[in-house]
Amino acid sequence: MLVIEDLQVELANKIILKHIDLEIKQGETHALFGPNGSGKTSLLMAIMGYPQYKVLSGKIMFKGEDITYMPINERAQLGIGMSYQRPPTINGLKTRQMIHLCGKGKVDEEKLAGRINFSNFLDRDINAGFSGGEIKRSELLQLMAQDPDLMLFDEPESGVDMENMALVGKTIAAMLQRNGFHEEGKSILQTKHERKKMGLIITHTGYIFDYVTADKGQVLFDGMLSSVENPREILRCIGQTGYEECVRCMTEND
Amino acid sequence: MYDRKRLKEKAEKAKDKHASIGPDIDLKEYTVAPVPHAYMADEDLCKMPETEQHLLNMTGIDVTKKDRGGTFFQKDTQVIHCHARQDGIEVIPMTQALEKYDWIEEYYWKLASVDSDKYTAAAELDLHDGYVVRALPGSKSVYPVQACLYLEKDGLQQNVHNIIIAEEGSELHMITGCASSPQMKTGLHVGVSEFFIKKNAKLSFTMIHNFGEEMVVRPRSVARVEEGGLFLNNYICMKPVKSLQTYPVTDLVGRDSVARFYSIIVGSPGSNYDIGGKIVLKESGSRAEIIARSISNGGNVINRGHLIGDAPDIKAHLECRGLLINGGTLDAIPQLTAHVEGVEMSHEAAVGKIAQDEIQYLMSRGLSRDEATSTIVRGFLSVDIPGLPPQLKAEIDRAIEESDKDVM
Ligand SMILES: Nc1ncnc2c1ncn2[C@@H]1O[C@H](COP(=O)(O)OP(=O)(O)OP(=O)(O)O)[C@@H](O)[C@H]1O
Ligand SMILES: [Mg+2]
Repeated sequence: MLVIEDLQVELANKIILKHIDLEIKQGETHALFGPNGSGKTSLLMAIMGYPQYKVLSGKIMFKGEDITYMPINERAQLGIGMSYQRPPTINGLKTRQMIHLCGKGKVDEEKLAGRINFSNFLDRDINAGFSGGEIKRSELLQLMAQDPDLMLFDEPESGVDMENMALVGKTIAAMLQRNGFHEEGKSILQTKHERKKMGLIITHTGYIFDYVTADKGQVLFDGMLSSVENPREILRCIGQTGYEECVRCMTEND
Repeated sequence: MYDRKRLKEKAEKAKDKHASIGPDIDLKEYTVAPVPHAYMADEDLCKMPETEQHLLNMTGIDVTKKDRGGTFFQKDTQVIHCHARQDGIEVIPMTQALEKYDWIEEYYWKLASVDSDKYTAAAELDLHDGYVVRALPGSKSVYPVQACLYLEKDGLQQNVHNIIIAEEGSELHMITGCASSPQMKTGLHVGVSEFFIKKNAKLSFTMIHNFGEEMVVRPRSVARVEEGGLFLNNYICMKPVKSLQTYPVTDLVGRDSVARFYSIIVGSPGSNYDIGGKIVLKESGSRAEIIARSISNGGNVINRGHLIGDAPDIKAHLECRGLLINGGTLDAIPQLTAHVEGVEMSHEAAVGKIAQDEIQYLMSRGLSRDEATSTIVRGFLSVDIPGLPPQLKAEIDRAIEESDKDVM
């Protein structure tokens, strides 16, 4: 379980997250909305533990541990992983090696890459010259190899073509143990019941909902989160009235 | 027998001449008297002490000689093993070649000048040995030929002269490992190398240095590439060395000839490297590339590179990248000269430190900071070298892998 309490985060001497409360229970997946520049990526980076995103107050708890000041790699080892919006290129590091590192040597890189239509990229330097859609698949592949318990997806569907969209969507569903995915020898219902994986997915368009249902929707606006049960509802509301109005409406209903 | 009187006279006049670059070395601090060692048969090679074998291994030398087309092994001043086991390839100790073969005159000191500096002069005046490796016309080497120059006697100045000839249409791959025994404190290695790449021949030459911290190294190399020839020259030095200065020169004298230089240097604390190279493109259609990767974790590294375009329709590129990990200095000195119109020449130099966002990216995949750093360093050092046989590629990767332990 991830619990964030009254978190305040500063980046480059500017407070970007004012007051964040968030709880993702075991097995839950939340969708995260918000206008450009509202701080969605920043929130994910703060959860992942990037020290540039300086926590001024509040705390982050994961699996019962206070991880507010824990280094990035220790959070990764505890089971947090992220699919990035703009990952850096590492020259000379082959995608194959990267997958190997993510999977701690225990995964079959070739097989995993095949699942996401990425076999032809294994011998290229990681992220070097990857197109927008290719980056998404590369990030997904790394996360698959890593297989963390809490997965942070930063706009996993943006820039992905129609053909790959279904692939990406279904893969994410499988990673999060959702939407009809079930483990061998277990029924769908049983899988759902025993589900451990947690997800937080940033999306602007909601296309991902065609493949992955989210238990809750969160809107980040003015440094704060507002949540509702049905993420599709939020999408419609934002489309009709805009973020600000939508958030006001949500808080009034609370 | 080749009468070298004239050469000796010339050398005599240059025996105190300072090199044009690099700190001057007082040769009086070293001895040149021959150090006898017994010849070693194949079995003996495999019975060498574990530590020695490991050291040789690190420079790409395989004592089992498996997957090698020939082996040359010189310890101090003495050749202790010399054997070719592939048709079309000759491996001969230099002293023997000078004694027995007239044709050596056409090559010996024909590219390098004996009076360049005190080191070339010393290599003539007190020549110990070295190797002649020749690929006969049209022959294709399946396995690389390996050569090892090993130093054991403390305080020795090892003078070596090598000649590598790739005859017309031949293909030759060589790996040379230079190493010094861990017991050895001070020493000087002087190595003259002359490379002849004839028409449509291909030579890949990979040198790995693995010397001790107090060693001084002065290689002197010159190459000539004829029409349609290819010279691939790789230099790897990841171990500390007190002072190393080298400035190999390659002349592309034939149309469509190609030279590619790759160097990988790791500058440890207390080490001083001044390395570089010059490639002169004299005929149209020729191409040259110099790619250097240097890391300093406390040492001083100077990286020179000079490309000279003397003919139209040539292409040359120089790329020099440096990474500072833990103090030290990096000096990138790229230079381009064009003497005619219609040349295409470029250079790219960058010196910096490891990017934080790359480290953090890897940490978020579960790697510790140190693991992330060494992964990035390894990536930085691993350049793709086209045309290198897989065994040699594996040797380079292994050397990089091994260097990790020293860098971190
Ligand atoms: N290094 C930086 N220095 C200063 N401001 C920054 C820096 N990095 C990000 N910001 C700012 O922080 C704010 C939040 O950025 P963030 O990337 O979290 O937004 P986002 O909600 O993910 O937006 P988008 O939907 O466009 O991806 C933005 O206004 C951004 O310009
Ligand atoms: Mg963003």
